[in-house]
Amino acid sequence: MVTTMLAARISPSRVGAVINRNVGALRSGPSYWLVLVSGFFEPVLYLLSIGVGVGALVGELRLPSGRVVEYAEFVAPAMLAVSAMSGALAETTFNFFFKMKYSKTFEAVLATPVKPFEIAVGELAWALVRSSVYTGAFLVVMVALGLTSPGWALAAFPATLLVGVAFGGVGMAISTLMRGWQDFDMLTTGQFALFLFSGTFSPVQDYPAAFEVVVAVTPLFHAVELVRGLAIGELGWGLLGHAAYLVVMGAAGLAFAARRIQRTLCV
Amino acid sequence: MSEQPLIYARGLVKRFGDFTAVDGIDLEVAPGEAFGFLGPNGAGKSSTMRMISCVSLPTGGELRILGLDPARDGSRIRARLGVCPQLDNLDPDLSVRENLTTYARYFGLSKAQARSRADELLDFAQLQEKASSAVEPLSGGMKRRLTIARALVNDPDLVLLDEPTTGLDPQARHLLWERLFRLKQRGTTLVLTTHYMDEAEQLCDRLVVMDGGRIVAEGSPRSLIETYSTPEVVELRFADGVDYAGKLEGIGRIDPLPDRILLYADDGDAAVAEVHRRGLTPSSVLVRRSSLEDVFLQLTGRTLVD
Ligand SMILES: Nc1ncnc2c1ncn2[C@@H]1O[C@H](COP(=O)(O)OP(=O)(O)OP(=O)(O)O)[C@@H](O)[C@H]1O
Ligand SMILES: [Mg+2]
Repeated sequence: MVTTMLAARISPSRVGAVINRNVGALRSGPSYWLVLVSGFFEPVLYLLSIGVGVGALVGELRLPSGRVVEYAEFVAPAMLAVSAMSGALAETTFNFFFKMKYSKTFEAVLATPVKPFEIAVGELAWALVRSSVYTGAFLVVMVALGLTSPGWALAAFPATLLVGVAFGGVGMAISTLMRGWQDFDMLTTGQFALFLFSGTFSPVQDYPAAFEVVVAVTPLFHAVELVRGLAIGELGWGLLGHAAYLVVMGAAGLAFAARRIQRTLCV
Repeated sequence: MSEQPLIYARGLVKRFGDFTAVDGIDLEVAPGEAFGFLGPNGAGKSSTMRMISCVSLPTGGELRILGLDPARDGSRIRARLGVCPQLDNLDPDLSVRENLTTYARYFGLSKAQARSRADELLDFAQLQEKASSAVEPLSGGMKRRLTIARALVNDPDLVLLDEPTTGLDPQARHLLWERLFRLKQRGTTLVLTTHYMDEAEQLCDRLVVMDGGRIVAEGSPRSLIETYSTPEVVELRFADGVDYAGKLEGIGRIDPLPDRILLYADDGDAAVAEVHRRGLTPSSVLVRRSSLEDVFLQLTGRTLVD
């Protein structure tokens, strides 16, 4: 991966120009801001309705370590990971696809010195901006509700960035394979399934054993485990494994997306 | 400056799957030249232009742009090119001015440089009044001018224009020609493709005629006309459906088209006199100077604009 990046000789100024284009597009309409804000509130609403609402019925929960936490404390970090995921995916799926396929933005960019890999890096960085705005604000909500401490919130924030990189990379990769808007229905469904079954609302240990194995290979599970571990201060070596999974996922997604941009647009 | 060509191609080939779009062409374009590709739909003009633009790599043959190899130095080459693609790909999420400033940033210009460059180019393209408009509501001619202005944002050594004026009304075309002519005067090397022989005659010092992925003729507009045509052409139309080709034999070379007959002659008026002497009564007669259209017809058996 590192060698790929070196071989590609990325120019920070060109990556910056790719990001700059998206900043410019931001000013173009209020509709974008509406989408931006609604995207943030979705996980917050889940936190309030399920974490706090259902949490009142569930009461407390015993973690594998034996520690007992409020149900809302358990759900909140999962929603934090979800907002990192959805922030990154929103940019790298719908918006990325539009720029690649419909508005021919990337086609125009590729006639400049900017390379496919630089487009992918710039787009990923931009997705990370949106993702981190979501998670930053979400962490403020969590601290305000007493669901984490400011210290653990600071520890969890970089983890949410990693989650953003992982899903942003894969989001771009998927977008380069999309044939049309109808394919996005599948993506949305997949995203919702991950949302429900990644140890988000109940510990994976409570799932049937076979199902638990399946869940263990899916990405949001690793994101939730990593972010939750940091947000509630349950540290362990296992967190490194989750982080490694996300690093590989982001890097693979990025490299694949760059390759596909080259393959489909530079013909 | 050395005599090194800006574009050098030998046996250049582009294949899409089994289909050969560009079938082994040789090219050399010198600094300061205005060079044209003339050819019908599907001739391989755009495929060639995209290879020269270093957005598409050749399938075969040798290609050097600005003395560099596109496969190795694509990014470095593109930094010095200005590309106007056949279809506008302006950014719909940005204003007219932002389309220029944003594009400038891809070439590494600073914010301030991008701004002042954008102002110059808005003037050049006569789009100052539309600077803060969105791209979508612009007319076709305005979009085309903006795309060309955008291609100049990096002050390129070589400007590539794929059908710069297709789809524009005559007034818009003349405005664009005038702008392109100015660029040429400044010594910018221009390479363009076109279906219009008048455009080629106006703008190009030298051109190639492409057909079926190959170059079928090369030269200056005048020399092509001299080589492949006669100084004058007589266009004859007959009201009835009779086959007149035989009756015109011996006057000059004949090209029977569906709606008219072309008669190639050194002296058009003399040829018309001979037609009348033979007792033929065409419903209309037009004597005109020979054009690239005739060259094209002669070379490919087809008219340029179908
Ligand atoms: N990406 C592609 N995949 C497959 N075939 C292609 C592709 N691009 C071009 N072709 C084919 O290559 C041939 C040459 O196309 P090209 O666009 O170079 O022609 P052109 O001379 O520019 O024509 P026009 O005057 O219509 O623009 C055409 O038959 C076209 O269908
Ligand atoms: Mg073309």
